[in-house]
Amino acid sequence: MKAHRWFTPWVLVLPALLWLGGFSLWPSINTLRLSFTDAKPLGGGADFVGLRNYTDLFNDSQVWDALLNSIVYMAICLPLLTALPLLIAILVEKPLRGIAFFRTAFYTPVIASAVVVGLIWTWLLDDRGFINNVSQKLHVIQEPLPFLTDRWLVIISAVSLTVWKGLGYYMIVYLAALGNVRQDLHEAAMMDGAGPIRRFWSVTVPAVRSTIFLVSILVCVAALRVFSELYILTGGKGGPGGQDSSLVMLIQQYARGFYGDLGYASALSVLLFVVTLIPMVVLARINSRADR
Amino acid sequence: MKIKILRYALLVFVLLITVGPFLWELSTSLKSGSEDIYTSTPNLLPQHPTLDNYSRVADAIPVFRYIGNSLIVAVLVVGGNIVFSTLAGFAIARLRFRGRGIVLGLFLATLVLPGEVTIISQFVTVRDLGLADSLIGVALPMMIAALNVLLLYNAFRALPEDIDQAAIVDGANVWQRLTRVSLPAVRGTIAVVAIFSFIAAWDDFLWPLIVLTSPDKFTLTVGLQYLSGTFAKDQRLVAAGTMIAFLPIALFFALLQRYFFKGVEEGGVKG
Repeated sequence: MKAHRWFTPWVLVLPALLWLGGFSLWPSINTLRLSFTDAKPLGGGADFVGLRNYTDLFNDSQVWDALLNSIVYMAICLPLLTALPLLIAILVEKPLRGIAFFRTAFYTPVIASAVVVGLIWTWLLDDRGFINNVSQKLHVIQEPLPFLTDRWLVIISAVSLTVWKGLGYYMIVYLAALGNVRQDLHEAAMMDGAGPIRRFWSVTVPAVRSTIFLVSILVCVAALRVFSELYILTGGKGGPGGQDSSLVMLIQQYARGFYGDLGYASALSVLLFVVTLIPMVVLARINSRADR
Repeated sequence: MKIKILRYALLVFVLLITVGPFLWELSTSLKSGSEDIYTSTPNLLPQHPTLDNYSRVADAIPVFRYIGNSLIVAVLVVGGNIVFSTLAGFAIARLRFRGRGIVLGLFLATLVLPGEVTIISQFVTVRDLGLADSLIGVALPMMIAALNVLLLYNAFRALPEDIDQAAIVDGANVWQRLTRVSLPAVRGTIAVVAIFSFIAAWDDFLWPLIVLTSPDKFTLTVGLQYLSGTFAKDQRLVAAGTMIAFLPIALFFALLQRYFFKGVEEGGVKG
């Protein structure tokens, strides 16, 4: 008995394949093609310009600033966002009265738009906002700190926002993994007199190691893709002299208007792609070495 | 007992950090123009709560229009993802056909690609289709996400093989097997897909910022950014605007969170 006609599966996957081709595969190739042209946002002809966009990248100080920002961003996000969400996941894992409420509440920053939380933090970090006022009141600082206008404080502020918004997301990823940790291992360790900290290191961490690896890749790639946080906190300007831009902010800037340059924006996109591959390759290396 | 108290203390501490900023923004949005919002000891409770700032947002920007625009995009995106990811996920998981492995591999491969990398050429595609500066143009590329196809593929694959065999023996065709046999069993995953794609569409900022140029086509996030750019000094007004964008999605999530966390426990959200 034939279960289905030969074309039935193809009819079902066709729309999804069309989208995959039209909005993922073709754009990937087209990005590379465009990066060798001088295409403009408003249309019209695009001429081949060879490697000009790429040589321009090298001489563009904003690109170097953006890369430096990305490295700093990643270096701070990586330890914080792989460790803190795991601790929070352990905190909310076991049943307790009202735990569903806490889980949902911790997830709230994730569902809010980056624009919404960006504006909330802009107000919190204002010269006369909550954080500066309370810190002065508690005599932690004498003068308000320029969180939104100082070259490096802007990056620190955006990192804090990214970490805060990511806690709930990675908590959920860890929760799914913690569900698979064998309970008898914990019990055996307890019999041996291992305290909670000891059990964390010798039972929990090894059991969720592959998830820690996954999360660290996700965190690195997310840090390199940062856009909304920096855009909103700096009012779209990228801080003093545009030094606080990310690669994606530069891509967005060149994507718009009469003076936009889609060819250059595409070269920036190719650079972004290459840069996101680096942490993936490095972390995959580390992971496979640890397996041996 | 001691451990329980410590756990609650830690939970409340994390709660203050995660939810506190929202409460502060809500409080600011309810403070009247005569109340000092810059006091050195912050007042969480407004002295004379008022909705005045909310009506001023409606005067400053066409906020109901923006909500409508965001809803149009969200409905298209949620509808497209539910229908087409289900069809594709079902076919790849439950039907045998030549090329199935390649199709699955293609969907997996695109997951590695950050969306921002292709955003420029996506804009070129949308522009060449004549859809620049339109809501359809915003929704179109998001209507079928590879991740959702894979989520449903995983859910369908987890169902036992026998149920299909039994249905085939009973003479059920593919459509009946999908709608009557498999679909009821993956409702949880469909809920997760619906929640994810609604949030993705409602919260998206970069893509509509690139596609849309006319202020009357703005989605809520782009309009909100515009509001803050124009009235940055008026924190009460900006706070009311952010709450208008935030409260609907918070309500939506609060209503559906049961399905979401159940879907997560069923393994709906893994890697």
